[in-house]
Amino acid sequence: MNLKLTTKSISRLSLILGILLWLSIASIDFLQVWAERSGVNLGLSEQVPRLLLDLFFISFIIYYRVRIGKAETSNFIDLLWRVFAIGLVTTIVSLAIELFYNTIAGTALAGNTMFRTLFDNINFAAVIVFLISTFTVWKKLVLYQKSRRLVVLWNVFEAMLMASIFFNFTGEVLEDNVVFKILFGVLALMALILSANMKWVAYLNFKQKWKSILLILLVTIYLIYFFRLIYVASQDILGFFNSIDNLFIISLFTFLLSYSIFSLLVILFNLPTSSVFERKLEEAINFQRLSQSIQQGENENQIFDILLNSAMSAVYADVGWIEIEKLDEDPLLRSRNISRVNLIEAKKQIDQGKHKRLLKNPLEKASDEDRILVTIKKSNFRSALIIPLKVQNKIAGHMYLIKEVSDGFNKEMINIINTFASQASISIENFRLLGEALENERYKEEINIAKSVQRALIPDKLDHDERFEIHAFTEAAAEVGGDYYDTFQLEEHKFAIVIGDVSGNGTSAAFHMSQMKGIFQSLVQLDLSAKEFLINANTALSRCLERTSFITLSYFIIDTDERTIEFSRAGHCPTLYYSKKKKSAQFFQNKGLGLGILRNDKFGDFIEVNRMKFEKDDIAVLYTDGISEAANSKKEEFGYDRMQTLLDQNAHYDPIMIQKIFISKLYEFCGHKDLNDDYTMVVIKFK
Amino acid sequence: MIEIKKDIENNYLLITVEGEADASSSIHLDNSIKESVEDNHKNILVDCTNLNYISSAGLGVFMSHIGEFEEKGITFIIFGLSDKVLNVFNILGLDQLLTIKGTKDEALSEIE
Repeated sequence: MNLKLTTKSISRLSLILGILLWLSIASIDFLQVWAERSGVNLGLSEQVPRLLLDLFFISFIIYYRVRIGKAETSNFIDLLWRVFAIGLVTTIVSLAIELFYNTIAGTALAGNTMFRTLFDNINFAAVIVFLISTFTVWKKLVLYQKSRRLVVLWNVFEAMLMASIFFNFTGEVLEDNVVFKILFGVLALMALILSANMKWVAYLNFKQKWKSILLILLVTIYLIYFFRLIYVASQDILGFFNSIDNLFIISLFTFLLSYSIFSLLVILFNLPTSSVFERKLEEAINFQRLSQSIQQGENENQIFDILLNSAMSAVYADVGWIEIEKLDEDPLLRSRNISRVNLIEAKKQIDQGKHKRLLKNPLEKASDEDRILVTIKKSNFRSALIIPLKVQNKIAGHMYLIKEVSDGFNKEMINIINTFASQASISIENFRLLGEALENERYKEEINIAKSVQRALIPDKLDHDERFEIHAFTEAAAEVGGDYYDTFQLEEHKFAIVIGDVSGNGTSAAFHMSQMKGIFQSLVQLDLSAKEFLINANTALSRCLERTSFITLSYFIIDTDERTIEFSRAGHCPTLYYSKKKKSAQFFQNKGLGLGILRNDKFGDFIEVNRMKFEKDDIAVLYTDGISEAANSKKEEFGYDRMQTLLDQNAHYDPIMIQKIFISKLYEFCGHKDLNDDYTMVVIKFK
Repeated sequence: MIEIKKDIENNYLLITVEGEADASSSIHLDNSIKESVEDNHKNILVDCTNLNYISSAGLGVFMSHIGEFEEKGITFIIFGLSDKVLNVFNILGLDQLLTIKGTKDEALSEIE
């Protein structure tokens, strides 16, 4: 805020100071004219008006430096327009004075030196203002995209030019003074060297170049007009100004004129190449469009359209199309300037034309990645370029670019097309990957839902009373599994407990497991015997299991009043039972058959019913084959013996501890935690 | 990995199963049994001497054909099961529905 105020105040201050200085210069001139006429010696030193003049220059240099220095550098036309406008005003002022003199020529007023002095002062000030403003703008143009060397050179030039303002104190003139000549020579040479800096011209488009030529041409005309005004015309009215002797003004003129003329020539010669520059710019923009198309949510077809349009405009192709092979579908076709019938005809001609393969990528040996140039005869079309389009490391299709002139494609064009094609590939790949990522995300979401649904199927509270403790543990190999256990309180002291395993694993097993849950929860209400339960379950499952699927199940009815267990086994792993009396664990050796294996009435014949009494501290370990058949890296199974020994050794613990010991021993044995089957165990300890 | 070989002998078809019958490889086992039934073989012997492992899916394959064997009067005999694999058949109760023999000779005596 402070800084802004100061630059503003500097510009105002310098302007006011400049005007005041000009007024004082003009007043002194008047006084001198008056004194001369009256024959009075003012006794004024020669140096005073010189000093005032120098200060006047400096005020305006500061003023324009602050004003134009702030302007946007890259808007060249605006800068030139500004110079032109100031030039126009000064020229009009100057011409108006000239016109006025012409109309009053011969009258007494024309001879009035006072008048002459006034007008010449106005004229002079206008010219100086124009010169200094032009100088400031030219400085900006010279220093556009400056290098270090250029800045040094410019600073030396500018410093010398500023110093030259004060050369007028010597009172020397160009014609007689060697120092003047040398200094002017040096400044003129530097001006010429600096005039070679025209980088800004390259950034003009065709239209802007024409505008610049017009503006600079007019500025040059002003400069020449003012030059004549000061140096040539002053011959007639000798003795008013010493400007012909002013090193600063003549150097300024030299620089401004040389830079104007150089610019004119450079822009003129650059006119024909501007279309190339514009095209390069367009290519860059097209390239950006290809890379950004994903963010804008465009689809693959739109990417191919952008590619085709960009490629065609980059190589001036007359006709073009993109053909993308699709699985089980007609190929995707995007074409420009050609009908489908003509396209087929053109393709035929390309096939017959003279082929020239261009291996662009030496790392790729496969010939289907070649870019192909075709020379066609006997057709409107004379040359064709075929570019394979690669998506996810496979050739997805080809782009055909066709021209009506022969040898229409040069190396430069092929390179740019390659760049376009690979950028399009990247865009499409990104597009597909994004789609796949979203799809995967959705699947993950679904599987997570399945997982939480299945988790809800497993009871979080197990029915029991104070005469036995029960604890369960289950883990699925995949997100969802086929292991199942459940409990139900049949009467106050009667409980049903079930453990099951669906053949296979993963999603299909999980579906069958949920069916099993439904069957259990329905049948258990009927308070059936273990055998009846299994027969009914088999009948129900026979209707809904796949041909190769079955379910193994162990069903227990525990009566804590009578202290009995009734159990049947439907092909499930034999229960491990620890008898406190015998002080040893054993597997139940009862017959059975998996559910869904025999889908008729005979199933019941294969089911045994067993009854036994349980004692205090007896333990039943129910489990699935994920535990007994878990294998280590040597393909040894965890096995029945290990389980038996483990229970023997740990029978004094409570069910939670026994389960923890089993599972940790299991992991220890397998050496890894990610088993490839679902595993479940239910531990019951009687009291 | 599973390897299945079929040899047509005098009066029977010999299917040799080697390797592991897990969820993915069982499909091959299923296909070869299906073919054998379709080819109207009346005596099918399955040599499981080198079958190291069978998963529930593998068992499912054998189980699923039991009804068909009965219907079509096919004699289907499995022999040479290792103790470990045999135990898996036994636990599920399949030994009660399938004819399982120890050796090839025992199996052959069954069809003569």
